Amino acid sequence: MSTFEIVMVALVAAICGMGSVLDEGQTHRPLIACTLIGLVLGDVKTGIILGGTLELMALGWMNVGASMAPDAALASVVSTILVIVGHQSIGAGIAVAIPIAAAGQVLTIFVRTITVFFQHLADKYAESSNFKGIELCHFIALLLQGLRVALPAVLVAVAAETGLVTSLLNSIPEVVTRGLQIAGGFIVVVGYAMVINMMSAKYLMPFFFLGFVVAAFTGINLVGFGIVGAVLAILYIQLNPKYSAQSAAVEEIDEL
Amino acid sequence: MEEKKLTKKDLNSMFFRSWFLLGSFNFERMQSIGFCVTLIPAIKRFYSKKEDQKEALKRHLEFFNTQPFISAPIMGVTAAMEEQKANGQPIDDATISGVKVGLMGPLAGVGDPIYWGTLRPVLAALGASIALTGSIVGPLLFFILFNVCRLATKWYGLKYGYEKGTEIVSDMSGNRLRKLTESASILGLFVMGALVSKWTSINVPLVVSKYTGSDGKEVITTVQMILDQLMPGLLPLLLTFLCMRLLKKKVNAIALIFALFAVGILGYWLGVLA
Repeated sequence: MSTFEIVMVALVAAICGMGSVLDEGQTHRPLIACTLIGLVLGDVKTGIILGGTLELMALGWMNVGASMAPDAALASVVSTILVIVGHQSIGAGIAVAIPIAAAGQVLTIFVRTITVFFQHLADKYAESSNFKGIELCHFIALLLQGLRVALPAVLVAVAAETGLVTSLLNSIPEVVTRGLQIAGGFIVVVGYAMVINMMSAKYLMPFFFLGFVVAAFTGINLVGFGIVGAVLAILYIQLNPKYSAQSAAVEEIDEL
Repeated sequence: MEEKKLTKKDLNSMFFRSWFLLGSFNFERMQSIGFCVTLIPAIKRFYSKKEDQKEALKRHLEFFNTQPFISAPIMGVTAAMEEQKANGQPIDDATISGVKVGLMGPLAGVGDPIYWGTLRPVLAALGASIALTGSIVGPLLFFILFNVCRLATKWYGLKYGYEKGTEIVSDMSGNRLRKLTESASILGLFVMGALVSKWTSINVPLVVSKYTGSDGKEVITTVQMILDQLMPGLLPLLLTFLCMRLLKKKVNAIALIFALFAVGILGYWLGVLA
């Protein structure tokens, strides 16, 4: 790996790390992070495929309220490096991604705790109406979040080339790697379950079953499902007496 | 006295700054510095006295936390209230804080299901399904579509909030937001149903019966074949319900994923899964 590549890995990893705390441009999502690292390491296709696979697993990972998702940024960056530089299978990449996401979550919590210090510093700058000082506090904290991913990524990139990581991963027995691959086929339900739980409203569940049955017996693609879903939503809102000003009148007519 | 008003440049600056709302997220006051940094152009425009600036900065370093895209209208409303205050209206600190806090909860309740519960999973699943074939279209589609929606929300949200000012507070309690939230949930649930069926694979190759047919060919029936005749995707559906129940019982999602990995390895070892 050239120095240039290592610098680029650090840069991309930092962008993904900042992305995971900002949650704006979605550079921390596997679909983007894996693709970018793949691009830097000269194997975009592998990056994209790994990213797609991990993305489906991470579909339900989200920062809602004060709760934090597992760290998709670190997991995506490190597993892509291992697959491309360490010559691992996509299956092995998926297998290492989950423990790394868990470890990354701990790191994120750590940095978010350090940031409390900047919070108090900002309070002090506010006393003297120091605008620049507050802005500095804000962006240094962001930079730390970038380093949170960039540093481990560079370490792994350097280690991956020495073959150390590769031989370690190669020693995993076949029953484990194959088993993990099989599990990869249905592990996505955890993400689905999280999304469904978040929208949870029992009276809306018929729409979930409708989607399931239609998908089971037809070949409509996801764009089609999006359109049908939107149409259903509009119809439901239009027909729902709850939202209709004339609901009382309609009910009276029904009773007659 | 000339009336103080935000310029187009101020609004642009606030719009860009709002992209970094979560940059200094911490466990004590969450998005507070980010909110304050976004408001700085407005504070500079409205208050020239150091004492007023200091009070305004302190006001916006209070606890704040909401869904990041939906924060834009709150920033707009807050700026409008600061403007009224700077122009001599009798608005006290508590009113501004009250509106901020009053909006951040309900708006997060709308923003979370729309952006995290529906828009992102749907676009990400679409992008990922294309990405699995190795096509760059997958990530690009996700990135572009998501960010167009995000930027539109932030830009129009900020402008709407600022223009509508305090009016927005009463508007929010109307039916409109509930309709929007419910529509998003319906769309999301419908697509989730399709995903459970289409984008999961469980294969149980256990042989139930095996006989030689009249044409001399061997006919094998596996558990999976029977299940597929009943209802394709039945096992993923049951597994999804199990996960939903466990998650509701506060089982950690990572623990659940590890458990499913164990099921995969064990299942393969026993020959139940392939």
